[in-house]
Amino acid sequence: MSAASVAGEVMEELDAAVRPADDFGEQLLEVSMGPQHPSTHGVFRMNVALDGERVMKLKPVFGYLHRNHEKIAEQETYLGSMPYTDRLDYFCSITNNWAYALAVEKLAGITVPERAEYLRVITGELTRLQNHACLIGFLLQDMGASGTPLMYAFREREKILDLFEALTGARMMCNYMRFGGCRVDLPAGWLEQARGVVAGFPKFLDEFEQLLQSNEILMERTQGVGVLSKELAINAAVSGPMARASGVNYDLRKVDRYGIYDRFAFRVPLGAHGDVYDRYMIRVLEMRESVKILEQAMKEIPGGPIVDPKTKIRGFRPKPGEAYGRIEAPKGELGFYLVSDGSANPYRYRVRPPSLINLTVLEDMCLGRNVADVVIILGSVDIVLGEVDR
Amino acid sequence: MELEVAKAAIEAAVPGCRLEMVVNPSPSAQHSLLMDAEHAVAVATWLRDAEGMRFDYCSNVTGIDWPAKELTEKVKVKKLVDGPNGPEEKEVDEVRKTLVPGFLEVVYHLFSVERRDGPVVLRMRTVDREARVHLPSLTGVWRSADFQEREIFDLYGVVFDGHPDLRRLLMWDEFKDHPMRRDYVEPDDYEYEPTAHDEVLERARQHVIAAGGRTA
Amino acid sequence: MVGEGILKGLAETARNFFGSYVDGERLTTVQFPEQRLAPIEATRDFPFLVYDGEDWHAGMRCVACQICEKECPPKCIYIEKSADKKPDAMGKAQFYPAKFDIDISVCMSCQICVEVCPFEAIKMDTEFELSTDDRFGGLLLHKDKLAKSNEHYHRIHPTEAAAVDAGLAAERMAAEARTKAAAEAKAAADTKAAEAKTAAASMQASGGGTQ
Repeated sequence: MSAASVAGEVMEELDAAVRPADDFGEQLLEVSMGPQHPSTHGVFRMNVALDGERVMKLKPVFGYLHRNHEKIAEQETYLGSMPYTDRLDYFCSITNNWAYALAVEKLAGITVPERAEYLRVITGELTRLQNHACLIGFLLQDMGASGTPLMYAFREREKILDLFEALTGARMMCNYMRFGGCRVDLPAGWLEQARGVVAGFPKFLDEFEQLLQSNEILMERTQGVGVLSKELAINAAVSGPMARASGVNYDLRKVDRYGIYDRFAFRVPLGAHGDVYDRYMIRVLEMRESVKILEQAMKEIPGGPIVDPKTKIRGFRPKPGEAYGRIEAPKGELGFYLVSDGSANPYRYRVRPPSLINLTVLEDMCLGRNVADVVIILGSVDIVLGEVDR
Repeated sequence: MELEVAKAAIEAAVPGCRLEMVVNPSPSAQHSLLMDAEHAVAVATWLRDAEGMRFDYCSNVTGIDWPAKELTEKVKVKKLVDGPNGPEEKEVDEVRKTLVPGFLEVVYHLFSVERRDGPVVLRMRTVDREARVHLPSLTGVWRSADFQEREIFDLYGVVFDGHPDLRRLLMWDEFKDHPMRRDYVEPDDYEYEPTAHDEVLERARQHVIAAGGRTA
Repeated sequence: MVGEGILKGLAETARNFFGSYVDGERLTTVQFPEQRLAPIEATRDFPFLVYDGEDWHAGMRCVACQICEKECPPKCIYIEKSADKKPDAMGKAQFYPAKFDIDISVCMSCQICVEVCPFEAIKMDTEFELSTDDRFGGLLLHKDKLAKSNEHYHRIHPTEAAAVDAGLAAERMAAEARTKAAAEAKAAADTKAAEAKTAAASMQASGGGTQ
């Protein structure tokens, strides 16, 4: 059974459902939302079959940003893939680096010194802050708030990106983690600057709350919309803030306790309804928890080496075997599955993208809702096409 | 969950299933269970629902391509050899080549949200890489396998029986071939602009000539 | 009252808008390109080759070891080794690159070439206004465009350049100390050999006498 024939059969079935013969009254309107669309968070297409304004069928189509990252990684060395991981979820390059470094460290049995762990937590939580701020901004822009909340969020994000540039040399494509630690240590004055940014963040969150929390339009449009039940969330392996909004108490920082997250006191917010409003609120609350973690980490950071002295930059050949390493990225569970055959290139390199898995239930959440809700529901899933398509 | 414990429990609960432990030599110590295709759905359902197991979260579904390998080994063989006193039996070194057939593999990483446990790694292998590439789909057990199995179908060519919507995911529908296979040959007929090196410039020149343009 | 939330939000927006006329915190943009923000020191854009002294050809630190070419993930570096050698900063005869091309339309500024270079020869520049209208070679930089002086390096990355210079100076001193120690050891060995030779000669002379 060739791929083309299977695809052809399915297309015929879809066609038949959407365009039954000769009855104008029952015909569903098929709309292709995307791939170029300002609200689809990238080149993402949804084939939506509508009955008036109500969604009857929704099939996501993507692959427009497919760069075959996994095959490139089979031809690069392990270190050479690190800059490519920056470009997966391009908003959160540091957490992508971290997940990959964690998987390789599991594969080769490399330990990480304490200062490096603190640096990882600090940069990782800063990434989470700027990702959630941006997401809320984008979600509100999708709702029609014309960019004002987005620009306020970007104002804060710029401060964090300046921190990343001072530390790693690049705003977004940081390439910061190495196997066994971090690439470069904090320059003079960075910690004070970071403390200033983190100290100013709660004020920004309060401003945001003032701007949006009791906004009637926001509440009307998001409460009760795009409900995802807890059972379906677990069964579909939905992870991250989207799962927690549905009441699934599964935060990898608490479950796997990777790195040194068990040293920090922070809470995990859970949602009760699983609708878009809950996903929005979860992200606001998570930002407050991240600020708490940052304050603790920046107070306790010790001195010491930032990379395991035994790691090699060139000629790194882990022994044959495989490993699956995962972290709580801002979008969800980001995992890397590596199979090594003893050579300098991985035999199989797989990215487990949270955005792609979270998209599995997009159709379930959108059925029966209006087209306008589809855009908001997609916004609340928080996808980045670099990760979905790799 | 220790994998031996899980293996024993599954073998007791799903009669007839054939499980094999695949040891993982790396420091990660994430060993896996190779299961047979006929009982896969039963094993998966039991792992998801049984008390004490409750592996309800299928985090990752991966495809791996293992092409056919030729193993050469030197074997000592007794052969009739012409000796000075007529034919006699002597031990001779013979080079034997065996073809280990290739297969496609699908790996599932399972976790338990309820019991905060994992990972339990399951594997399934196809018979070969050409025509007998059917495996049962576990989408009915874990919804998260939906898109991931479609991606394995797209990029590796494993056909999942019972999948509700098996179409290509990342490549376009009319695409032929399966890109992530190790013997994939990429097409040479897409446009690109020449950059530094000689072979790239030469190929670009040939394309322009073939398209009827001048290269001077 | 219906719409109270919206009014609160509008008050917030108004505070930001009017506040941007009086408070520097709220006005976060500058009129680029007339005004520019000071560049951050660690920023990296595309690589360049460092040379010491005045002559970029003689002072270039690169010895064409081709490690950066091998480690570059998108393979944007192309090096051809020279046939002859030229003396480097410590006087040792080394190869040099006859051709060193970087295709900056492919380069992804990952900075791995800088990390693996054993000779501190390639560093990251901060130049980003590099657009050109030449599609087929305008973004392919050759050795002459890539060579920039150590003073330039000090201007763009002062802390890093100071550390690199200190490292190279320490290496040079260690090498000199090693050659000095080797020369002294050799001189001691030579004098010892000469003494042994004269002793043997005198022994032979006196021994020859008795025989």
